[in-house]
Amino acid sequence: MHIDLPMIWAAIIGFGVFLYVMLDGFDLGIGLIFPFFDREGEREVMLNTVAPVWDGNETWMVLGGACLYAVFPVAYAVLLPATYLPIIAMVCGLIFRGVAFEIRAKARRTQHLWDLAFIAGSGVATFAQGVILGSLLQGIDVRDGKFVGGPFDWFSPFNLFTGIGLLLTYATLGCGWLLMKTEGELQRRMAVLMRPLTLCLAAAVGIVSIWTLLGQPGVADRWLTMPNLLFFLPVPVLVLACVIGILTSVRRGADRAPFLLTLAIVFLGYSGLLISIFPNIIPPSLTIWEASAPRSSQVFTLVGAAIVIPIILVYTSLAYWVFRGKVRPGDEGYH
Amino acid sequence: MNVSETALLLARWQFAFTVSFHIMFPAISIGLASFLAVLEGLWLKTGKVVYKELFFFWSKIFAVGFAMGVVSGVVMSYEFGTNWAGFSAFAGSVTGPLLAFEVMTAFFLEAGFLGIMLFGWTRVGPKAHFFATLMVATGTLISTFWILSSNSWMQTPQGYEVLDGRIVPVDWLKIVFNPSFPYRLVHMALAAFIVAAMLVGACAAWHLLRGRRDAGIRKSFSMALWMILVVVPIQIAAGDAHGLNTREHQPAKIAAIEGLWETERGGTSLNLIGWPDMENETTHFAVKVPHLGSLILTHSWDGEIQGLKSFPREDRPNSTIVFWSFRIMVGMGLLMLLLALLGLLLRRNARLYEARWFQRFALLMGPSGLIALLAGWITTEAGRQPWVVYGVMRTRDAVSPSVTVDQVGTSLMIFIMVYFLVFGTGIYYMLKLMAKGPDLPRDQAEGSSSGDTGLGRDRFDHRPLSRPTDPIDE
Repeated sequence: MHIDLPMIWAAIIGFGVFLYVMLDGFDLGIGLIFPFFDREGEREVMLNTVAPVWDGNETWMVLGGACLYAVFPVAYAVLLPATYLPIIAMVCGLIFRGVAFEIRAKARRTQHLWDLAFIAGSGVATFAQGVILGSLLQGIDVRDGKFVGGPFDWFSPFNLFTGIGLLLTYATLGCGWLLMKTEGELQRRMAVLMRPLTLCLAAAVGIVSIWTLLGQPGVADRWLTMPNLLFFLPVPVLVLACVIGILTSVRRGADRAPFLLTLAIVFLGYSGLLISIFPNIIPPSLTIWEASAPRSSQVFTLVGAAIVIPIILVYTSLAYWVFRGKVRPGDEGYH
Repeated sequence: MNVSETALLLARWQFAFTVSFHIMFPAISIGLASFLAVLEGLWLKTGKVVYKELFFFWSKIFAVGFAMGVVSGVVMSYEFGTNWAGFSAFAGSVTGPLLAFEVMTAFFLEAGFLGIMLFGWTRVGPKAHFFATLMVATGTLISTFWILSSNSWMQTPQGYEVLDGRIVPVDWLKIVFNPSFPYRLVHMALAAFIVAAMLVGACAAWHLLRGRRDAGIRKSFSMALWMILVVVPIQIAAGDAHGLNTREHQPAKIAAIEGLWETERGGTSLNLIGWPDMENETTHFAVKVPHLGSLILTHSWDGEIQGLKSFPREDRPNSTIVFWSFRIMVGMGLLMLLLALLGLLLRRNARLYEARWFQRFALLMGPSGLIALLAGWITTEAGRQPWVVYGVMRTRDAVSPSVTVDQVGTSLMIFIMVYFLVFGTGIYYMLKLMAKGPDLPRDQAEGSSSGDTGLGRDRFDHRPLSRPTDPIDE
C-alpha cells in the first residue's frame, strides 16, 4: 500500500500553523489592543489571562518552522530567503514581546517602556506575519528548487494589505479572548471595541478575497468555475453569518460566543487560503511532493509526531483547564 | 574579497553572535530547572521552609532566563532558512527531523508545564506542582539530547548517503547516536549544571559578603559548592574522553587546538601557551612540555598526534582561535576545581561562611561557567571549519544562494542592537534579582533595612512570586 506521506505532512503542518494562528493570535492581539486600555490594573489583568500559556502558544510556530524544515526542506529554503526582512522583523518583534511579558510584571519605573515594547513587538510581529502570508498567496519565484527573486519582492501593496488584515484578525481574536476571560467594566469596554474590530475584519477579509481573485487568474479559476463554486460557496456565506453572529452576541452580552465565532472566521479564512494554493506549498508552481524531504526523513518524523502530538494536545488542554475561568484584578498567584 | 564572500563572512558572524547569546540562556535554564526540581523535592520531603523560599527566589530568575532562551531560540530556527538555505536544502533531511523531535518532545513539555510551575500554586496540589517542575526539568534535558545529537551529527556524520546533491538519511539510529554524540551530550549537560551552580554560589557569596547569614543563603552556598565539588571532576574526565574521541574523528581539530604543525615521532610535546600563526605554519613563543601532548591525548608516553601540516591548507581550522578558546575553557575548569577544593577545606574547618577572601573568589567565579561554556563551543565549532557538515559540506556552500550583503549586514546590525538592548536589560534584571536575594525569614526581617519583606505575611501564603511592590528597577 502506498501512503502519500507529503499529503499527511501537509495536513499536520496545516493543523499546527492553524493552532498557532489561533493561539498566538489572541496573545499577540492582546498586545495590539493594549494601547486602548491603560486604567489602573487593566493591563495586569489582560496579561494575566495569557501569562501561563503564551509560551506554549508560540511553540506551535516553532513546530511549524521545524516541521517545514524537516519534511519540506525545499519549501523552507525558498520561503525564508524570499521573505528575509519580514522574517527578521517578526523574530525581533517576538523577542521584544516575549521579554516584555516577563519583565513588565517585575518593573515599575520602566514599566511604560516595557508596555511600549510589548505593543510594538506584537504589532511588528503580526504585521510581518501578514506580509509573509501575502507573499505566499501571491506566489514566489522559484527555479530548480531555489528562490530566484529579489530581496524586496515581498514589498507589494497586496502584501502590506494582508499585513493590516492580520493585525485586524489578531486584534479581534485578542478582544474576543478578553471578553471571555474578564468581567465588569473591563469586559464592557472590550464589548465596545469588539464591534468596530469585527466590522473592519470582515471588510479586510472581503478585500483580500476579491483582490486575490482579481490578481490571480489561477485562483479565480479554481473558485469561480462550476461545480467548484457550489462546494466553496459556503465559505464566504459562513463568514458573513459569523460576523452577524458576533455582532448580535456582543449586543446580548455573551461571554464566549464572540471569541468562538471569531475563531470560526479565522478557520474559514485559513481554509480559503488552503483551497487557493493546494497542492502547491509555494505558489505558483512548487508542489508538496516536489518540496518533500527523502521518504526516510518523513517516516522518521511522522512516527514521532503520531505519538507525541496527541500527548502534547492532552497536556496543553490540561494547562488551559488549570487556568480556566475569569481573571480578576489582584488575582493571586500570577506575576 | 567579492560580494558573496562578504555575505558569507557576515552570515557567519551573525550566526556566531546569535548562537553565542542564545546558548547562555538554555544553559542557565537547564541547570536551574534541575536545581529547582531538587529544591522542591527537598521541600516536599523535609517540609523545611528554606527550600520553598529558595525555590520561589530562583524560579523568578529562571522565568526571565527561560523567556530569553525561548525568544532567542526562535531566531536560530529561522536563521537556518534565511542565511543558510544551502545547508537547509542539503542537510535539512537530517537536522530538520532532529529539530522537529526537539520541538515535539521538549519545547512543548517545558512550555506546557512552565505555566503551572510558575503560576499554578493556588490551582494544583503540591504533588501536581512538583510533577510540573519535574516535567520542565525533564524537558530541558530532552532538548539538550536532540540538539546535541544534531550538532554532533554535523561534527561526525554517519548513517546517510548523498543522492542528487542532497543528504538522504539511511539509518536513524546511527544518525542520532553518532560517534561524538555521547561525549558531547554528557559534556554539555554537565556544563549546564556547572553554569547554574557557579551562579547560585556567586549569588550566595554576594549576600554572605554583605553580612547575611540566614539559612537560605548558607544553604544555597553549601549546595552550590557540593555540586561543583562533585561535578567538576566528572566534567574534567568527560572532557578528556571527549578529546580522545575528537582525536579519532576530527584529527585536524586536535592539531589546531594544540597549535601542532609537525607530526612528531616518539612522543608529542604539549604547547602550554603560544601564538599559532596560520600564515607561516608555526606557533610563536611556544612553551613546550615534552611528552605531555601524547600523555593527554593518547594516554601513552609516545602516542602520535597528526600535525596541521599533514592536512591541506584549505582543510585546516583556524588554530589561533581554537588554541586560545580551548585554553580559556580548561583554565576556567581548573579554577573551578580549585574553588571546590578550597571550599571543602574551609568546610572541614567550619569557616565556609566566614572566610571573606573565599567568598570574593566564589563571587568572581560566578560567570566562569558561562565563559567556559562559550569558549568550549567556540573550540568545537570553529574547530569543525572549514566544514559545516564535517568532511561532507563546506561552510561556504551552505549559505543561501540568493542572500545579499545588504540583507545579512542589515539584519546583523538589527540583531546586535536588539540583542544588546533586550537581552542586556534582561541580564541586568536577572542580576538585580540576584542582588536582592531571597526574602529574609520573618523573624530576621524585623528591623532590617530591606523594607517590605513580607512582615505579617503568612509564610505559606499564596503570593509566592514577585509582587507589584517588589520592583526590580528601583
